[in-house]
Amino acid sequence: MRRFSWFNATSLTFGFAFLYLPMLMLVIYSFNESRLVTVWAGFSTKWYGELMQNEAFLDAAWVTIKVAFWSSTLATILGTMAAYIMVRSGRFRGRGLFSGMIYAPLVMPEVITGLSLLLFFIAVDVNRGILTIILAHTTFAMCYVSVVVTSRLVSFDNSLEEAALDLGCTPFDAFRSVTLPIILPAVISGWLLAFTLSLDDFVIATFTSGPSSTTLPIKIFSAVRLGVTPEINALSTIMILLVTVGVILASLISRSLAIKAKADERKAEQQ
Amino acid sequence: MKLRRSFLIAIPYTWLVIFFLIPFGIVLKISFSDIALAIPPYTPTMKDGFWEMLSGLDLENYAFIGAGAVFAVFAVLVISIGMFQIVYPRVRRALIPDARYGIFDSAAAVLTTLAVALVNVALIVALLSFLFPVLKSFVDIPDFLYFAAYLSSLKIAVISTFLTLLIGYPIAYGMARAAEHWRPTLLMLVILPFWTSFLIRVYAWIGILSTEGYLNQFLLGVGIIGEPLAILNTPVAVYIGIVYTYLPFMVLPIYAALDKMDDSLVEAAEDLGCTTLSAFWLVTAPLSKPGVIAGCFLVFIPALGEFVIPSLLGGSNTVMIGKVLWEEFFNNRDWPVASAVAVILLLILIIPIVLFQRNQEEVEQ
Repeated sequence: MRRFSWFNATSLTFGFAFLYLPMLMLVIYSFNESRLVTVWAGFSTKWYGELMQNEAFLDAAWVTIKVAFWSSTLATILGTMAAYIMVRSGRFRGRGLFSGMIYAPLVMPEVITGLSLLLFFIAVDVNRGILTIILAHTTFAMCYVSVVVTSRLVSFDNSLEEAALDLGCTPFDAFRSVTLPIILPAVISGWLLAFTLSLDDFVIATFTSGPSSTTLPIKIFSAVRLGVTPEINALSTIMILLVTVGVILASLISRSLAIKAKADERKAEQQ
Repeated sequence: MKLRRSFLIAIPYTWLVIFFLIPFGIVLKISFSDIALAIPPYTPTMKDGFWEMLSGLDLENYAFIGAGAVFAVFAVLVISIGMFQIVYPRVRRALIPDARYGIFDSAAAVLTTLAVALVNVALIVALLSFLFPVLKSFVDIPDFLYFAAYLSSLKIAVISTFLTLLIGYPIAYGMARAAEHWRPTLLMLVILPFWTSFLIRVYAWIGILSTEGYLNQFLLGVGIIGEPLAILNTPVAVYIGIVYTYLPFMVLPIYAALDKMDDSLVEAAEDLGCTTLSAFWLVTAPLSKPGVIAGCFLVFIPALGEFVIPSLLGGSNTVMIGKVLWEEFFNNRDWPVASAVAVILLLILIIPIVLFQRNQEEVEQ
């Protein structure tokens, strides 16, 4: 029996208030009539209208979405492979280096990653643009995907896959028809995580982008440096809303997939 | 079968080597180059052959940023922590020979170690900051700016990691103690801000902390303060920003560790006569240690090189090494010095990164 004391209740209340109040203020003040962001002058949605007419923001948003889609897809493929290797391949030469390269990007300060990638792209003479941002984002996002998928892979029973191999499946078939369905919730949440990480990233994108490929965070940063504006509040509100809906949907999908996978696993064990 | 396996390993391996390892090699190479008014703005000093290459290495950039002083401080820090970890148990045994070694000892050891390390670092910093200006008038020695930036980054990262732990642990603990059906929702509430744009979350605090911001309006309205507080563009704003944005990184691993814990252990400790507090110290705290370690690394390492938070909330008063690197690269266009700054930052981070990796592999097993 776990006890839930007043201490727990207070720390949760204060903790969540601390996490959510700043964002709530942002959302509330995006509906402010006045340009002065700290003075409430009545409800209005005019800043959303102005935002929709801002070509520069819309272009940047489109670039950001393209980058996020391709880098998260690539990162999911590579990250799932990496996780599979880490969990299933046992010992192989260079395993220590491999696991180091998986964990280091998770904590590496972004300025170092960004600087090194930029100098690398210049050294191999690649023009900076959307492609270079995709490559950079894929590299750090695949490590996050690999961590998410690893945690699912270690918790599931290897014998199912071995049974499939014994029954004559090729290793690829066994992976596709046995392992993949079971780890699918983790793969999907890895993809979503990679997608949002790419959407958010400002530092690495600044280093690896070219003049023709400005992403939304780069635009937001240069606007924010000049202070708080209602347009940025409106843009932030839209982004917070999208992420909220996305996270809730993702958790519902992955929960139902996980329940289904569990049931299948149990059925397979019984047979 | 074997071939296929090697092929599978080769793909992500090669990718990481190309886009993660080789770029660091290039940074290292450029950090030994000279600045030039060209594109790219440096001239390589690498020559053919290993010995020519070694003799051709240009250490000017490292000398310029005062790498020696940075390493001296770092060495003092590591040595004093190491010495104390060895010395403390012996002193303890000599003073109280038969007492059992408990959790209070570990806590006392950690705290005194940190205190001793801090005092030593403070001493050497005071000495160096006194020596730098004096020596500068006689000989051409490195700029104090970089040295000060490394130190203030270290200070800010340590303090904000500690604050994040202080705020994050009770949240994780509360979550793990909540009713079973509430936990997924609480978990999602912690993850949600983590998925929301980092930039937006930092931006939200500008509106709160500025002189005419919501916090000052509220405090003035209630009548607690007579005139607005200047928080934005001070280190305090940077602490708030780091704690706020990195809080989920602290809460999630601690929660994961606490959630796995078997509650009957705490009950057993209490049945055997422990108070709630000592049961916490003897059972819960040690079991949540891997989570606490992971959380601290996840906050400390990126915070040390943070750029966005000090440049949006810290103003010109807060110097952090990530910001120095950025300005060196984008404003001064001095790529060799920016690379040298990055290499030293990386060398400082290698120990924590390796420790983090070890901890993660242990957690997985």
